This record gives sequence, C-alpha cells and structure tokens, in this order.
Amino acid sequence: MNSTQALSRNTILDSVRANQPAAQPMLTIPHFHTNKPADLVATFRESIARMAGVVVTEDVPDLDSFLRAKFPDAKVICSAIPEYAGTIKPASFQHWSDASTIDVCMLRSPMGVAETGSILLSDNELQVNTIAFLAHDLVVLLDPKQIVANIHDAYEHPYFKLRHYSVLMTGPSGSGDIGGVVVHPAQAAKTLTVILSRAPDAGQRKG
Amino acid sequence: MQVALMVPCYIDMFYPHVGVATLELLERLSVDVVYPKEQTCCGQPMANSGCYEEARATEEHCARVFGSFDCVVTPSGSCTHHIRNKFTAGADSPEKQNLVRNTYDLVEFLHDVLKIREFPWATFEHKVALHTSCSAIRGLNMASMSERVHDPVFSKPKALLSGVPGIDFVEFERVDECCGFGGTFAVTEEAVSAKMGYDKLAFMQKASPDCIVSSDMSCLMHLQGCARRQKQDIPFFHLAEILNGVSL
Amino acid sequence: MSSPVDQAKNAEKFLTDTVHEPRLDKLLWAMRMRRDAAARQVPEWEELRTLASEIKEHTLSNLSDYLIQFEARATANGVIVHWARDAHEHNQIVYDLLAEQGIDLLVKSKSMLTEECEMRPFLERRGIRVTETDLGERIQQMDNQPPGHIVGPAIHKTNKDVAVLFSQKYGSDPNNEDTAYLAGVMRENTRPDFLKARAGMTGANFAVAETGAIVVATNEGNADLSANTPPLHICSVGIEKIIPTTESLAVFIRLLARSATGDTITQYTSTFRGPRKGAAMHVILVDNGRSARLGMKRFWHSLKCIRCAACMNTCPVYRRSGGLSYGSTYMGPIGIVMMPTFEIRKYSELPFASTLNGSCSNVCPVKIDIHEQIYGWREVMEENDQIQVVKKEAMRVADKVLSHPALYQIATATLSTALEVVPHFAIYNRLNAWGKRRDVPDAARETFHEWYRNHRLDTNEGGRL
Repeated sequence: MNSTQALSRNTILDSVRANQPAAQPMLTIPHFHTNKPADLVATFRESIARMAGVVVTEDVPDLDSFLRAKFPDAKVICSAIPEYAGTIKPASFQHWSDASTIDVCMLRSPMGVAETGSILLSDNELQVNTIAFLAHDLVVLLDPKQIVANIHDAYEHPYFKLRHYSVLMTGPSGSGDIGGVVVHPAQAAKTLTVILSRAPDAGQRKG
Repeated sequence: MQVALMVPCYIDMFYPHVGVATLELLERLSVDVVYPKEQTCCGQPMANSGCYEEARATEEHCARVFGSFDCVVTPSGSCTHHIRNKFTAGADSPEKQNLVRNTYDLVEFLHDVLKIREFPWATFEHKVALHTSCSAIRGLNMASMSERVHDPVFSKPKALLSGVPGIDFVEFERVDECCGFGGTFAVTEEAVSAKMGYDKLAFMQKASPDCIVSSDMSCLMHLQGCARRQKQDIPFFHLAEILNGVSL
Repeated sequence: MSSPVDQAKNAEKFLTDTVHEPRLDKLLWAMRMRRDAAARQVPEWEELRTLASEIKEHTLSNLSDYLIQFEARATANGVIVHWARDAHEHNQIVYDLLAEQGIDLLVKSKSMLTEECEMRPFLERRGIRVTETDLGERIQQMDNQPPGHIVGPAIHKTNKDVAVLFSQKYGSDPNNEDTAYLAGVMRENTRPDFLKARAGMTGANFAVAETGAIVVATNEGNADLSANTPPLHICSVGIEKIIPTTESLAVFIRLLARSATGDTITQYTSTFRGPRKGAAMHVILVDNGRSARLGMKRFWHSLKCIRCAACMNTCPVYRRSGGLSYGSTYMGPIGIVMMPTFEIRKYSELPFASTLNGSCSNVCPVKIDIHEQIYGWREVMEENDQIQVVKKEAMRVADKVLSHPALYQIATATLSTALEVVPHFAIYNRLNAWGKRRDVPDAARETFHEWYRNHRLDTNEGGRL
C-alpha cells in the first residue's frame, strides 16, 4: 500500500472510530423453518415460473435430442457437464468474451431454492463465468433433492465462503426499467430451462 | 368527570361549529367541560416549519393554560400528536409534562376512556367516505396502517361512527394515502398539496359517497377547499358533528 | 456555494405535465402495492425488518472492526482493496487503474455511489468512454439527465420517450414503443461493448466482512457481464454497505427485492469474493461523508439504507413531484435525510418537501425513522440559519400573536375576510398561495371563543376575555 493509500485508510478508520455510536450487540438470526413449504419442488416450480423460468419435470433420457428439438437453430452448444459433449467445452475458451459465440449452454446446478425459484451456480460449475451470461439460452440440470426451502438455507451453502464467484440465478434476464413492466430478455440469457434430474453423485456437496 | 376542551386555532377561526358539536357531545355524555378562555394554539404550525424558537412562547403558553387539568380533549389528531410526541420547543415544567400525558384526541377519549360505542340520539342514513389523518393513524395509532400488512385491521373513528344508526361506509382506493394538507406544506408546496387533495377527492368520489367525514378538520379544510374550487358540492363533516346528531 | 434547490417550483413544473405525472404516480403506487403483496406472503416480515435494522445498527456501531476484517479477508482472496476519503479520491483511483493499462472504455452496472461521486464526467474529461449497461442508467446517460429514481433511473420516461431517444442514438424505429423491442435494442447495442471493454465496474449492494465478498443484485445480468467479461473488475462500495456475515446477508436478500419491486429476489444475486484466474479484482471503499454522518446522533440511522426505493414508491410527494425535482443524487424521503449531509445550503429546502405522513418509515426494510429525521432536519436548518428570512419573520409574528391571548383574540375577532385573519405564515412566500388551486375557508360569523362567551359564559372560568 503506498503512502497516500495508507493515509486515506488511516484517516477513514480514525474518523469511523471517532464517530461510531456505542457498540450494539449482534443477534442470533433465525432461519424461519416453521413456515417451510410442504412440497419444495412444487414451491420451486411456482417461484421460478413467476420469474419466467421453465421447469421440465419429465424424464429427459437424451439431452442432445432435447436440445436440438428445443433450440433447432443452435449451432454452438457449450456443455459444462461431463455426461454431455455438446459442441464445445468451457475449457476451450481462451478469453471470457469468446463465450459470446455460445447459442445454448448446458449446466448443472448444485442447489435450488424453493422460496425464490433460484438456482446456484459458481465458477466451479462454469469454469469460464461468462458461459452463463453470454450464452443466449441456458439449460440447467437440478436434482430435486437439492432444493432447499428458503434463502437462509441457501446461504449456508459452502460456495459463498469458498468460491470466488457464485450467483443465485432466478429465471432469464429481465428488466422493468421501462414503464415498470418486466420484459425478457435484458442483457444476459433469453431463456432459462431447468430439468429436474438426479445428480450423478447426489448427496455430496462440492466445496 | 371533568375535562378541559382545547379548540384548535383553525377550528376557532373557521369551523367553530365543530367546537360546538364537540362540546355538546361531551355534555350529552355527562362530561363536565371547562373551556379555558386564554387558549390560543399548540404551536404546531411554527414547530413543523422547523421554527422551534418561534414556537416556544406559544407552546409554553399552552402548557400554562392546560397544564393543571387531569384530562384535556381536543377534536384534532394533529394537535394531539404534536402535544404528545413533538412538544419540545418550550421549557420543561410540571405543567408541560402533565399536558403531554393528559391530552387526548376526541376519538381516543370516546373510544378508550369513556369506551362509548352507541350514539342513540343520532341517525345518519347516508354513505360516508371516512378519512383518517396521518397524524391519527401513524402518530396516534388510531387505525391500522396499510403498509403493515400483517397487523389486524382496525379503526377507532370507524368503530365510533358505526354506533350511529344508518351509517354506511364506502370503500375507496388509497384509503390511507396522505390528503396533502401537511400543515405549512399546504402553502410552501402548494402545487403538490393541491394535486394530492384533488387525487384524494377523485378516489373518494368514485365510490359515490354522500359526504366526507374525518376526525381532523385540518385535512377537511384542505379537501373542502379543493372540492369547492372544482365546483364539487359534497358536504364535509367532522366526526364530532355526526356523533352529536347532525343531519345532512 | 449553490443556492438552494427549489424543489417546490420543480414539482410545480412537473405537475403541469398531464402525461408524465399521472403516469408516474400510478406506476409507483402499483409498485407499492406489489411490495405489500410480497410482504403478505412472508409471515415473518416484521421480524425480518427488525432483524435487518438491528444487524445494521450492530455493524455500523462496530464499523471500524468490520472494515478491517473485510479488508483482510478480501486481500487474502486476491482482491486489491483501496480507500477513498472523498469523491475526488475515488474518481482518481478509478482513473489511475484504467490509465496505467491504457484502457479507454469502461462498462459499468448501476452504482448510485458513482453518481454521487460524479465519476462519469471525471473520466470522460480524461478521455475514457463509459458505457452504462443498466437500462435505466443508459437511458438517462443518453438523455444527459441524472437518475430520477434509485432502482428505476428512467422510470419517469414513457415508452415513447425511450423509443425516440433510442432512434436518435441507435437508429432504431422511433415508432416502435414495445417494451420488449426496446429492451432488445439495448441488448444488441450494449453487447459489443461488453466484449470489447478491458475494464468493468460494479457497485455493491452489500460487502460481507466475514468473507471479504461483494454482493450485487440485478435483474439484467449486466453486473455479472461487466465483472466477468473484461479482465479487470473494479467495485465501488460505500463503507456503510458492510454486513457482518453470509448468514446475515440472507435477511437482507429476503427484504430487498420484495421492498423494491415485489419480486422475491432479483434475477441475479451475485457474490464476488475474489478475482478470476488471470484477472484482477479491485474494491474501493468510499467514505465521502459517511463516517461524519455516523457521528450525527439524530441522523446516523440513515446509513442503514439498502437502496430499495420503497420509500420513494410510497411517498405521495415524490410521486407528484418526480425524482428530478429534488436536484440531488438521492431523492424522495431517503434523499431528504441524506443530501443535507453533503451540502446543507443546497438542500436546505428538501426537508420541507414532505407532509410528515410517515408512510416511508413503515415500508423501510431496515426501519429507518425517515419521517422523524425529516422533522429533525427542519430544526437543524433553523439552527444553521438556513431558513428563509421571510419565513422566519412570519413565524416570529405568528408566535407573538399565538402566545398572547389578547392579541390572538383581537386578531381573530374582526373577521372581514378569512385571508386577513389567517396567520401570516400561510401567505409568506407567495401571495394567496393557498388560494391558487383551493378555495379559502369561509370566515365564520363568530369564532368559537365568541360563541362560548355569548352562549356559555359562566362564573368558574376565570382569566381574561
């Protein structure tokens, strides 16, 4: 830290110390499980639908046929999951902006949140973070057993203390900045489709 | 029981009939009413304008006039709110502390102290748009606040008025949005104040009431001014008048 | 020293626009209704508000320790932490980071802090192009206007306004007002900048001390794009945004979107804890008056603000005045209690742009006593001689009359016209201000005082008449 920075840092900290009110204690934060919904999957589906996300509950035995049928014009399909090849893997991108060529991106999320319809993603799943944002359409596999009840539960996930980047993603990108009416898409994914599918190594949480 | 009647300055000047109705109503309820003649004002207009120094003498005078009574009643939520919660311009004194503790809005006095719910001498077979002031709702907890969505819904003014046979309350939108009076705001932000008043009236009129009622005459003074300017004929009543048996 | 912003005059002008004003009022009231509906779905809503308020009070009262903890954790993660005492220092730090790599294009997501610091003009004057990627900020940037609302900066503009603006800047169809079409135009025209830019900037909704992480909530995903596409991520965060732990973060995330728009959460709620491999992440901790405000006994609670704008949506004065009427970075109720801490004279009129109705305090997710602080600022304005001389004089006259029963009764006794009698405060700044759009109350035939004397005078009253 150079001397100007040291001065700024000390000036600010001194000012904060001099001004901060008498210390008030920290409290215990409840997780509100008494209001837990009975059917987490159903609640998750309702929540994500409100944010224009789509959930596929039927079995999808062949991911490739599913994608080709749903996105017939897709040329570049990036797959970040081991069980599907796609046309390209995240490791192939040299620069984050290269992910702009992706039409559809296939991912697996380690956790869903019933309260909000969110799915968790991190640099662990993405490897190149932009694949989830520069791709035009996202398809995400989610094990229904990995849906937690609420946001308090969600933030217990180790990713938030360990990964450099993690995101709770809820539906495709949108904006209500014009007239307060939410439209899709905004800057990132145009669609988000969640396929409920058992995880290959379900029961283990990756750090 | 003996109470001192505080008649707000603007009721004294423009709506003395509301003071009269309040007095008569209390007398009907066998309350011994004293009217201290040196009363003037609670100091709210100056204090709310930030002019604390200029509210001091008025507040101290008010404390002197009313400070010896065990119970002070006033037909004004805004004055009660000011005295109970914001009466800080004047010097402290036992009389001031007494006044702060013992002042009641008329609705509070009837609902919580006398616990009256029936007004058999009155009838009012009309549709009423009931307006409750922000001072009364958020300052005095006289009715539930729409923002607090889990609180039980209640309204003391409505509970009292429901004791008048024939009364029918109309439902209108934005029921507890501020009417726009706001004290000196009415003059310093005249355009916004008037627009808020016009909007409030429009929401009420959509429900086709026969009249507009409130326990705060300051709001009604503003709404009536807006209504009359728009050539709207609708009558305005203070709650005291209805409970006292006024007819349309 | 600037002369005070005349919010009342600006509001009056906004009210002459019979298209934009009713539209804004209706739209934001609908937002308030959506907030209510969302709160209804959460039985523990009031408990969450109390928790959020107490967590913030705990953090702010221990802020120096938490800042040090945040810095240590972030640094350990590979983040470079900077400290900026004021707006200028913040802007200089940003400029230096860009200039040392010859970067001349910056993409950024929404940050009210950068608006507060006036960063964009600072950088633009030094040859750096800044692309606002938040749709609302972008619209305002194109129109050379500041944001009008802290969540929806261009919410006061109609679709038609935006269509015309986009057609001028992007060559799109000026007659296509469809919202999805316009969002598409924004998407097409912004994407190239995301791909080209070598630096991206975000603000922060929260900074978690325990993990040294920054949390950003957006609907569009533009913060994630700004932070993850270019090799350099710069994040500006006010020192009051610190919260202690990831566990406490959950409380705020549950309150934020619901209070702002009625959604349960924003589309992207992202945690940035460290740089990507091969990239750099810088966090600038900004004071700019916050530490001083921490010492204001009556006003430090305003530092709890999480920038949800619920207070603006519910404020009946804001909805009729428009956000630009405040002439300030932060507007509406929270703006009124924050702006005087930046420039007391310039914002000396703002505390009077309120009816003190109290709705704002009820919707604030962190329970800031906003309307009480507004009232408190009025007193401060008097103490600091910021009240107009004419008004103060009128109040002095009023106090003299109202504290002397004899004077009062003489003044009110001769009621020829009501206007002559109304205490001077009612007409101090504009002649007949009351009567511009309202009828004046009729003069009563006799005052209550007189009526009482004529009808009820009796022996046990005492005192003069």
